[in-house]
Amino acid sequence: MKEPPILINRYKWYEIVGIYCGIAVFLTFVLSPFVEGFLVSLKPLSQLFSSPYRFWPENGSFEAYRTMWVSVPGFGWYIFNSFFISGIVTCIVLVLVVPAAYAFARFEFRGRGPLLGAFLAVNMFSGAVLLIPLFRLMRTFGVLNTYLAMIVPGVAFLIPSAIWLLRTYMMRIPKELDEAAYVDGASHFYTLRRVILPIAMPGITVVAITTFIGSYAQQFIFALTFNSKSEYMPLPVGLFAYFGRQEVIWNELMAASFVGIAPAMIVIFFLQRYLVSGLTAGAVKQ
Amino acid sequence: MHAQRSAVLFAWLLLAPALLYVTIIVAYPLVDTFILSFTDASLKRTTEWVGWVNYEKIFNSTFAEVIIRTFVWTFFSVSIKMIIGTFGATMLNSAVPGRALFRVLTMPPWIVPMAIGIFMWGWMYNGQFGMISGLLQRVGLVSGPVAFLAQGSTAFWATVITDVWIGVPMVTLYMLAAMQAIPQDLYEAAWTDGAGRFYRWRRITLPLLLPSMITMSMLSLIATFNSFDIIWILTQGGPNGETTTMIIDTYRTAIGSKKYGEGAARAVLICIFLSIFCICYFRVTSRLSAGDKK
Repeated sequence: MKEPPILINRYKWYEIVGIYCGIAVFLTFVLSPFVEGFLVSLKPLSQLFSSPYRFWPENGSFEAYRTMWVSVPGFGWYIFNSFFISGIVTCIVLVLVVPAAYAFARFEFRGRGPLLGAFLAVNMFSGAVLLIPLFRLMRTFGVLNTYLAMIVPGVAFLIPSAIWLLRTYMMRIPKELDEAAYVDGASHFYTLRRVILPIAMPGITVVAITTFIGSYAQQFIFALTFNSKSEYMPLPVGLFAYFGRQEVIWNELMAASFVGIAPAMIVIFFLQRYLVSGLTAGAVKQ
Repeated sequence: MHAQRSAVLFAWLLLAPALLYVTIIVAYPLVDTFILSFTDASLKRTTEWVGWVNYEKIFNSTFAEVIIRTFVWTFFSVSIKMIIGTFGATMLNSAVPGRALFRVLTMPPWIVPMAIGIFMWGWMYNGQFGMISGLLQRVGLVSGPVAFLAQGSTAFWATVITDVWIGVPMVTLYMLAAMQAIPQDLYEAAWTDGAGRFYRWRRITLPLLLPSMITMSMLSLIATFNSFDIIWILTQGGPNGETTTMIIDTYRTAIGSKKYGEGAARAVLICIFLSIFCICYFRVTSRLSAGDKK
């Protein structure tokens, strides 16, 4: 039984060369900005601002990784803010989405299909389109220039995919479990809390991770528009601190970027299996 | 009957918080945008109803040009993303050693905060000191420094390529997942009949991938149409407005010049386009899934 897949996957030498060349070209495109960014972080400014261009650093050092903390003292705060905002956003999304996904996965009620469609339609509008009324809304709530101004709108745009993802997961939990609990006299709420939640935990974890990453990656526009206080700035906007009046301190900017993305990279490395399945699940099911 | 009713009630209770949240933060602003677009709202205290004036202003300005540019920009970005993504997925789908690692290496542009990736590209596009201009000179393709972001034509392509770079990982991983969902026995049957690798790819993979490709293109189209960060950080819509898309123009009018009314009218136009895409998307996907059931 195992024979065909092995034979079918046996490549000729030129096919292997072709595949690796293809992968190399592809990954060069994907990764070259990171390689260049890293090399820039090692170069002294004088080499950066000199022609002709040299790829490899001369006298490269990790000096920028030290001076970046000096030239922008608030940098540690920016990373903390990014984590703090993403963390709170993730918590709120989970609180809202877990019950909603359960309702969509398990209950028959009138208007279920259109309502799910309406939630998904939210995905079509980015924050940028709704910026003006959102700005007025945040002003009315009195939360401009606070963490909430970045958290509140951020949550809304992460809800739809989270619902979709978790609903798909919950639909795979056998319905007999709910029914057994119900026959035993458990209330709907008890069933959700004691039967469904524990089983759905892996799915909830995936949703939490993807929501966190999504929020970490997409803090730019709300932070740019709704907050002007530097003590609340998240990483993407805070990095503009390295844009001086005359010139950008590129080596420190790149060093700071790498320090800032290190946490996300570690997460990818350990959780990539969940990430890939989580991020593509809703889509392939269709 | 009673149990049925309590179940429905419970379901609505579960939905209520999320529904309420999205209504306040998304649905209400949508309506508010629509209303604002008929007023002269700005920083001044009073707001007056002006009817269609904002829309007339839009069509008397260069906005028609902006709309066309947005579509061209989006078209190229989505097409290139789909081509590179499908190519990447095909490569990563080969059973060669190291492919798990290669798959992980595909993800960074997507996972890293967008702004950081864009900064890196910004430096690479730098004319005097940047990598791309430097390497092109080294190879001899250009004679002097090329400031990619300072000239309209190159700035347009530079922003497209950065957008492609950010979008490619998602397309690749999605297409890869779709490829892996194709039943293996189809390939085995074709293989037994003596079909070569490329033939199998063209006659089995590609046709079976088509529904996923259409779905992904539609999703990508919507995301790309909304793209803001890339152009804003790289060029802010310049030089001479040659990278100004609808979103950028709306942001400038509304947030930059504080003309909320005029900005809202532009946002309404974007919403109309997005709704059309959205309807197409739902039509197409429901037709595709109906086709599956046959």
